[in-house]
Amino acid sequence: MITFQLDGQSCSTRTDINLLQACLEAGANLPYFCWHPELGSVGACRQCAVKQFSGPEDKTGRIVMACMTPATEGALISIDDAEAKEFREGVIEWMMVNHPHDCPVCPEGGECHLQDMTVMAGHNTRRYRFTKRTHRNQDLGPFIKHEMNRCIACYRCVRFYRDYAGGDDLAVLGAHDNVYFGRAEDGTLENAFSGNLVELCPTGVFTDKPFSETYTRKWDLRGAPSVCVHCAVGCNTFVNAREEKVRRLLNRYNDEVNRYVLCDRGRFGHGFVNAASRLNTPLCLSDEQPTPVPTQAAMAQFARMAASGPIAGIASSRASLETCFSLRSLVDPDLFSTGQTQQEQTCTELAYALLRDHPGAIPTLHEMESADAVLILGEDASATAPRLALAVRQSGRQNAFLAADAAKVPRWMDAAVRTIGSETLSSLFVVSPAPTDLDGIARDAIRAVPDNAARLGFAIWHELDPTAPTVPDLKETEAEQANRIATVLAAAKKPLVVSGMQYGSIALMQAAAGIARALTRNTSEAGLSLVLPDCNSMGLAMMGGAPLETIIARAKAGAIGTLIIIENDLTRRLDPPEIVDLLEAVPNIVLIDHTATPLWQNANLVLPAATFSEDTGTLISQEGRAQRFFPAVFPPAPIQASWRWVQDLARALPSKQGTPASPASTNLSEWKNLDEVIADLGKELPVFAKIINAAPDASYRLNGQKLRSQTYRASGRTVIRSYISVRDQPPPTNSDTPFSSSMEGAYRTDMPAALVPHLHAPAWNSVQALNRFQQEIGGPLRGGEAGIRLFSSATAEGKDSVQPSSAPDIPPPFIPQPDTVLLLPEARLFGGEELSMFSPPLAARAPPPDLRLPTSAALQPRMTLHLKGYGPKTLPVRHLAGLPDGVALCPPHMVAAAFRFPQIVRLTPDPAEGEGEGEGEGEET
Amino acid sequence: MLNTVRTLFLTFLHAFQARATVQYPEEQPYLPSRYRGRIILSRDPDGMERCVACNLCAVACPVDCISLQKTEENGRWYPEFFRINFSRCIFCGFCEEACPTYAIQLTPDFEMSEYARPNLVYEKEDLLINGTGKYPDYSFYHVAGISIPGKDRGKAERERPPVDLHTLLP
Repeated sequence: MITFQLDGQSCSTRTDINLLQACLEAGANLPYFCWHPELGSVGACRQCAVKQFSGPEDKTGRIVMACMTPATEGALISIDDAEAKEFREGVIEWMMVNHPHDCPVCPEGGECHLQDMTVMAGHNTRRYRFTKRTHRNQDLGPFIKHEMNRCIACYRCVRFYRDYAGGDDLAVLGAHDNVYFGRAEDGTLENAFSGNLVELCPTGVFTDKPFSETYTRKWDLRGAPSVCVHCAVGCNTFVNAREEKVRRLLNRYNDEVNRYVLCDRGRFGHGFVNAASRLNTPLCLSDEQPTPVPTQAAMAQFARMAASGPIAGIASSRASLETCFSLRSLVDPDLFSTGQTQQEQTCTELAYALLRDHPGAIPTLHEMESADAVLILGEDASATAPRLALAVRQSGRQNAFLAADAAKVPRWMDAAVRTIGSETLSSLFVVSPAPTDLDGIARDAIRAVPDNAARLGFAIWHELDPTAPTVPDLKETEAEQANRIATVLAAAKKPLVVSGMQYGSIALMQAAAGIARALTRNTSEAGLSLVLPDCNSMGLAMMGGAPLETIIARAKAGAIGTLIIIENDLTRRLDPPEIVDLLEAVPNIVLIDHTATPLWQNANLVLPAATFSEDTGTLISQEGRAQRFFPAVFPPAPIQASWRWVQDLARALPSKQGTPASPASTNLSEWKNLDEVIADLGKELPVFAKIINAAPDASYRLNGQKLRSQTYRASGRTVIRSYISVRDQPPPTNSDTPFSSSMEGAYRTDMPAALVPHLHAPAWNSVQALNRFQQEIGGPLRGGEAGIRLFSSATAEGKDSVQPSSAPDIPPPFIPQPDTVLLLPEARLFGGEELSMFSPPLAARAPPPDLRLPTSAALQPRMTLHLKGYGPKTLPVRHLAGLPDGVALCPPHMVAAAFRFPQIVRLTPDPAEGEGEGEGEGEET
Repeated sequence: MLNTVRTLFLTFLHAFQARATVQYPEEQPYLPSRYRGRIILSRDPDGMERCVACNLCAVACPVDCISLQKTEENGRWYPEFFRINFSRCIFCGFCEEACPTYAIQLTPDFEMSEYARPNLVYEKEDLLINGTGKYPDYSFYHVAGISIPGKDRGKAERERPPVDLHTLLP
């Protein structure tokens, strides 16, 4: 710790930071533009000028840029100095010279960093009376709107897009005061993190295009802390809503998880909550047609169904933990399914076991950023867990930081560190069948089919730990690669191994865990991270249950009278013949979902569930972090949380129903609010006992008040509903959360981190107000931790004793076959994930499915795949450089809804173009 | 005693003064043009809606009786709906003061009595007039930087033509 004098006040601060950070942490209002905590300093905007004095007798001082000056012991700094003030006012006056007269029609207005900083710097009268420079805009695709006139040339956008996120299609063009931030020509911004430009741009150059269609000023938006549901990473988000409609999603800072950045799938994938595919009333099947019915009639119908036989339940990896638990409480334990196929379930349960028993670290995303050697084994994380891949990308800079440290350049001095680091190599190794976005910064990108990747992994493990099983028939090149990777990993202080279940391979995850375990003998910081597919996959793996196959077998045996399916589209997991079998074998199907998935027309009873934006629940991310999401929207009456529907079903059951369906310790039909569900969940399954601490409960009060979820200046309260009724209505209430739905209630910058509904602080209206909520810039929030880890490196005691139960099976090497191909899923950021595809801007970004073949294969424009259960599918074909021989890639779920992989399939030329090929079924799994 | 007589006398004198009460509605009072009465939405000199749905009137309103939703057409912002609940309005004029485009204006008309409160909820079609109101010349889009049909980039007042990015000349 060091102390410095800020305008006569003594402030203590950290070493290794710059003056701007020190001033902001001290609570001072100092304007800035180009500096960003995640991007460091470049000194481009000259806005954060302060005066530094060399000693008590120095009365003149000198103006320095706070962001480019290290905070030093005993420094004498003045922000209020008249000369410094005049300097800052002058700088912003120059910036405003060309700024257009746009604020009323600018989506940034009201949450604009430039507006805040202009007021903060004191520039209030325009003196410049000459002409303004103008620019033409570009069409940047469905996510981002471009309005270049508003640019103040702070360079944040390109520094984020190119340097931080690794994009290459946004650049700075032109010269002097004509500089232009855009693409070489109109077109979609390709990077997976382009949406962050909206938050990073201090003014309205890059704005949120989907939000603009239902635009609302920040002060009118009701906010709620939420968790992204589009992958298993568990990024924190703010949901913003008005008039009971979700308007947009923003990044919510969590110092250990997503920090300042959110991927585009998370940011723009929320469209399903407002889509036409939403279910909004109970439906009963009458005359083969789903017909809307009142809730009471639906419950009566269920009571009749329940008489026909045992009830089975299928949960879902995209439903909240509480929903899954309520279903588990309703049905017999052996009739509760996790809603996953055997393959998925084996993989997720293995991932849970491997992570739980890993003796080293289970790194958070933030910890991954400082890993000094990374091996990604058989997972395209940039598509399956984009935010994780971005964290790994930052880890590629570790060697640059070391070089900067050696040259005594502070790490926040961004341009200098990047120049020094331009010669250093990263210690990232990527082993995957298909090219990934991280290949560009990898020291070595090795292409191998999953089995061979696993073999390479086992070979690395053996290199690190001679007691590990040897890999038979290892090729010399593979042995050499294994040795090279093992050497780098063994030398690292904080190595990290990333794998996942993208290819459904147990061996890959076992190999990855083996390597990480072997590395813990060198360093206790050896990290393991396993990527899972869905937002609550980990929660389900911890809860346990039968796979879908068990339910189908029981249904065929006639042991199921009613099947309750919650938030699960079975057609994405089961082949059509299996679906037909299931529908025939089960007399009654109850579907509880928020979106009309294909089975809704076959269900005897459909109940409309609330989405993540409309109810409260807990999700467990792949690193074992339990996080709570809160509602921003109060849905109209029949729509309610899935667990409340399950509760209604339980209440509708005839009381004489034989044995009590639910375990004695849970009183399903008595639950009043979510806290009681969580309390019962913790009692019933002790592994979840800690989730009660993921967020404060509904009785939490700050200053004796609920927390307000609207801003203090929300408008239109007495008129917004007056076209329905001119009488004022009480604001809606929710018994599951400590939030008041109105503008009345407490709001403080040190409120619990899990309950911050939006960011605002006096003089800081933009998202940059975050610095007022942090204990230190880039550090934890003043309100503590949001969410809680259920297993982590901290609890490593005794893990060493847990050895893998049996030696893993090392798969034989893959040998390409002349007449068949190994069909693997092509990971896609847009298109693979289920819910985000209901979002129009994302659907616009999902290209039509095609088949990717290695360059060695003869290229035909179209070829036919013979998929089990789906018959022949003809697809356009494209070559993919680097793909191993004998492999084909096809996007999952787009060609065949439930596409099981890996699959050996026959590939024939398109019968319409080449020789007519028989409708073959010569495929096998 | 004397005071009482004096008071009676002064009161009696008032019988000869001009009357403040007028025979409304037969006789209309004089209202200055800046009188704060019924709110209207005006049009710009080109006959287009002036309101750009910036929401500043709504946020300035102390009784929260203004609500609107932005929509967009060819770069121009419009209110999709614009609703004022006059049964709540206190005619303070803050909305007019906040309006950056002179769209919302208060007029010298207060005769808005209704028997039913719902009739006091005015929608955009009730508010929008076919004129410029008190400010005949101002047109926001002629000074704003964004382009709209009929006004290309760099064609607003005090703007240079768009930059040619391919030149390196100073």
